Amino acid sequence: MIEVKDIYKSFGENEVLKGISATFEKGNTSLIIGTSGSGKTVFIKCMLGLFIPDKGDILYDGRSYIAMSTKEKRLLRQEMGMVFQGGALFDSETIEDNIMFPLKMFTEQSKEEMLERVNFVLKRVRLENVNQKYPAELSGGMQKRVAIARAIVMNPKYLFCDEPNSGLDPKTATIIDNLIQEITDEYQMITVINTHDMNSVMEIGEKIIFLKNGVKEWEGSDKTIFKTDNKSVTNFVYSSNLFRKVREVYNK
Amino acid sequence: MLGQVFKKPQKRSVFHDNIFKEIEELGLKSIGIVAFISFFVGGVVAIQTGLNVDNPWIPKYLIGFATKRSIILEFAPTFMSVILAGKVGSYITSSMGTMRVTEQIDALEVMGVNTLNHLILPKIIATVFFYPFIVTLAMILGIFGGWVAGEITGLFTVDNYIEGIRLEFKPYLIVYALTKTMVFAFLIATIPSYYGYYVEGGSLEVGKASTKAVVWTSVVIIIFNYFLTQMLLG
Repeated sequence: MIEVKDIYKSFGENEVLKGISATFEKGNTSLIIGTSGSGKTVFIKCMLGLFIPDKGDILYDGRSYIAMSTKEKRLLRQEMGMVFQGGALFDSETIEDNIMFPLKMFTEQSKEEMLERVNFVLKRVRLENVNQKYPAELSGGMQKRVAIARAIVMNPKYLFCDEPNSGLDPKTATIIDNLIQEITDEYQMITVINTHDMNSVMEIGEKIIFLKNGVKEWEGSDKTIFKTDNKSVTNFVYSSNLFRKVREVYNK
Repeated sequence: MLGQVFKKPQKRSVFHDNIFKEIEELGLKSIGIVAFISFFVGGVVAIQTGLNVDNPWIPKYLIGFATKRSIILEFAPTFMSVILAGKVGSYITSSMGTMRVTEQIDALEVMGVNTLNHLILPKIIATVFFYPFIVTLAMILGIFGGWVAGEITGLFTVDNYIEGIRLEFKPYLIVYALTKTMVFAFLIATIPSYYGYYVEGGSLEVGKASTKAVVWTSVVIIIFNYFLTQMLLG
């Protein structure tokens, strides 16, 4: 379990996170939603340890991340997988080398074992015959799948995704969402996803946290988000014409 | 920053691979430009010295002697390092800066990699231990360029030139030049790495950081050159 306890984070005068608390359970996909500038990325980067909160604590299975030494943090990070918004693939390396990198760095596996694992995760994200290609040769959706493959190659306990659907067409976005959900169930990971994509909310929103101006405004699930009377949440959910029209038709 | 850079590498085999990659990127790929510039600048130094030694009382072998000294003492170690600061420094800052703005460095951090050590230490080792070879090559080609220039222009004979090259050969001067080179190589690897690693923003900022890195590396090399010369020869 990951417990986030009352974290605050400022950049100069700009207070981005203002006392956010949340828990994330094993085998669950949790979504952090909110408008741009609501603090979603800073929140997830605090959880990853890329930013250190000014106040509060983050516990990974009861272990305080903030209190850990640099070495302990690096060891914990080997249990994490992260899918960045832009993929963050190493553009000078082939897809195979990209995925193999954590194995080379942190395991004593032979080349054959590593290759077998790489092919397994590539198959798992439904990509084949891309081993010797470079990231620039792949489409955005394929790059995201490679990023997921790299994130899960070490069998992480915790998976974080920052806007995994940004820049993708709705069909590919749904494929990515379903893939993340499947992998979370299969490996019983704790998955935390940053998104402002309402399709993701409907597809995989087992637990949803809504952030507004650095504050946790609402918490619920895909079942309750459409029934809530929280004005900020309804404004966010029905900000698109499509969802407004669906609501009108539904109400009629 | 340097404390993390000089930590023990997390995985020896990956570290070795990285060193060889950096030797190729920062060293081997610079040999062409170094060879080209050294050969022609060596020729120009010899011609200019030859043109200025028109007094019949000054022996012609001094052309070879002056060319050798200027190439070994200043041109090869300092001038070449400033050129490498431009070529290699901009490459280091832009490649590392691009990794920063495209979150590749964050991706490494999240995996548990000591990014400063993983990205910068192989560059330092590759430059500090490989640039002395490049500078030695620059010395040889510079002196050879002077010889060829003499042959072509007829300003001095090959015998005179070789006599000048052999005159008062002091091995310590080579040690001095290569010591300077190693210090400059360290600066070429670290200053651009600093600018690239800590860049914030997008591609425009990466470009600006690259320019700053080249300017500051060149300035620091020139300043260090002064103090090292004072320390080692003064």
